[in-house]
Amino acid sequence: MSNSHSPQAKAYWKENIRLVLSLLTIWFLVSFGMAILFVDVLDEFRFFGFKFGFWMAQQGSIYCFVVLIFVYVYRMNKLDHKYEVDEDQDQFTADEAYYKNPESEK
Amino acid sequence: MNMDVQTLTFIFVGVTFFIYIGIAIWSRAGTTDDFYVAGGGVPPLANGMATAADWMSAASFISMAGIISFVGLDGAVYLMGWTGGYVLLALLLAPYLRKFGKYTVPDFVGDRYYSDFARLVAVVCVLFVSFTYVAGQMRGVGIVFSRFLEVEINTGVYIGMGIVFFYAVLGGMKGITYTQVAQYCVLIFAFLIPAIFISMLMTGNPVPQMGFGSTLTDGSNIYLLDKLDQLSVELGFGAYTAGNKSTIDIFFITAALMVGTAGLPHVIVRFFTVPKVRDARISAGYALVFIAILYTTAPALASFARVNLINTVNNAEYKTTPPWFKNWEDTNLIAWVDKNKDGKIQYSSGNAFTGKPIFLDARGSEGERTISNSINTNSNELYIDRDIMVLANPEIADLPDWVIALVAAGGLAAALSTAAGLLLVISTSISHDLLKKILLKNITDKQELVFARLSAAIAIVIAGYFGIHPPGFVAQVVAFAFGLAASSFFPVILMGIFSKRMNKEGAIFGMITGLAFTASYIIFFKFINPSFNSSENWWFGISPEGIGTLGMLFNFLVAWLVSRGTAPPPQEIKDMVDDIRIPQGAGASYHHLKNL
Repeated sequence: MSNSHSPQAKAYWKENIRLVLSLLTIWFLVSFGMAILFVDVLDEFRFFGFKFGFWMAQQGSIYCFVVLIFVYVYRMNKLDHKYEVDEDQDQFTADEAYYKNPESEK
Repeated sequence: MNMDVQTLTFIFVGVTFFIYIGIAIWSRAGTTDDFYVAGGGVPPLANGMATAADWMSAASFISMAGIISFVGLDGAVYLMGWTGGYVLLALLLAPYLRKFGKYTVPDFVGDRYYSDFARLVAVVCVLFVSFTYVAGQMRGVGIVFSRFLEVEINTGVYIGMGIVFFYAVLGGMKGITYTQVAQYCVLIFAFLIPAIFISMLMTGNPVPQMGFGSTLTDGSNIYLLDKLDQLSVELGFGAYTAGNKSTIDIFFITAALMVGTAGLPHVIVRFFTVPKVRDARISAGYALVFIAILYTTAPALASFARVNLINTVNNAEYKTTPPWFKNWEDTNLIAWVDKNKDGKIQYSSGNAFTGKPIFLDARGSEGERTISNSINTNSNELYIDRDIMVLANPEIADLPDWVIALVAAGGLAAALSTAAGLLLVISTSISHDLLKKILLKNITDKQELVFARLSAAIAIVIAGYFGIHPPGFVAQVVAFAFGLAASSFFPVILMGIFSKRMNKEGAIFGMITGLAFTASYIIFFKFINPSFNSSENWWFGISPEGIGTLGMLFNFLVAWLVSRGTAPPPQEIKDMVDDIRIPQGAGASYHHLKNL
């Protein structure tokens, strides 16, 4: 078990920040980069019946956003588990505390 | 059996309304906890769907594809802006706010910055942003009712108010959540069916997302988008797949919409309703999937509608135009002036006349409605309100009547679900943030619940008033809602989680700077000096729609500077920040909350 002040919690937070920053970099590149700043350059390429820049702006970037969130969820769940800060650790004790508290029985 | 569109629409709308009311009765709220956050027990998948319905408003369902249809590539600001914000929400805000585990955004701001003044500033922003939004939803309800059910707009708004009143006041967040799940299903079905039909008809591909990158089935064998570019250029509009706005403006508008989305209180509050931090993360993912289904279909629909519209109306004789043309003309959303007196509709770039059409009673020589606007000298003879594209699309493409009826029910579902979510946020911020936390700290849970219901009822009446007497500035104030959310809430919440050093002085000065800057820029260009509102006069070429991004940067800068010069926050606040950074204990904080 760890608490929120432990060095382990600090390490967890550091890894979390690193993950979030790398995912946000991709988020920035696919939307602001490919679909806005470099849209004209990418429009030189065809992607099926689309100009590629246009496709990124109206389709591709949205698909990337969805993937980014799911990658984040997957990686964070693993990270929570690795540092033992996930909610499986406290589910039992918290519920027990809850049911032992006579006030909570409505 | 042969039923007309109107009967079918009555049936579809009636059945869906019946379902919404049934759900409301089944999921009544018994406590403030139920009323504010649905008891914190919403499964993530249901929360994702409810979030999607909450988020996708009349603007997303009715207006967005229409706007894209007229601006082409530049429409991507809405597509990316209104989806990319969910990445920020999922990675930076939702899990931590869930761990914090209270009811509202002002709750977080007030507690984290140990200041009732900060809480009050947040309450004012919440009310402003939410009322702005609600006015737009009620207009959407009015449009659908007046066109498809041929009742007075006012009657339509009263019916809409009645339904929302029933499930929002009775059911609170619990009622709203499960109604929104049903409304999502109705609206997505209603959006996809016509898109699939039209995609099949025009390109032979049943998947609209692929259809608009395919070749046309009219025998020409050219790509749909190439054809559209060619038609647009011929009529003087410029290529559909090329942009008109400057890159810097597109950049800033997209950023303001993304950040604003992540900062909108009625979206944030949905993540308070799930049991765990892990559920908050995954439900943001589900929400974006459900939103993306509509948001990737919309640009396809936009290009289909554009091709269809140009082919149907340009150089068509007015007398032989299909019934939808005259129906929408009767609803004041289409107008035609026969400038060259040939009885045909010439459609090209430029405004046919100045402003919105002002119709006269008399009919013209072809039977068209005459207008009193001053006519422009260009060759364009047609005025089309962008809002009709989605609603008229099934008629333009000649789809079966039941599809048209379905679209009407979908438009209502989109407008009502968002209106309900907003009304709940408004009532919560009055009963909880303003009364319980600032003015009447001693009220019991039961009394607070009565106040919550009362303020929901009052908010509905005010929203209804806006629906019946729509303020002329609704379209302008949408920029406001996002600009304010981007320049106030987002930075304050983000710093509250990611900086332990950020203190009350920094947050308050930051929020006020962001708000004051953004608001005055928008007010100057939109209200005080609208004739000045063009790119030469904008700062760095940033339009009022995108200025929230700059306001956000100022907020960050001022907050950082002020916090370095003032005392750090007390130890218990630092402990609180440490605590919200780890998921462990979210269940406990929820149970703890229940006993308050």
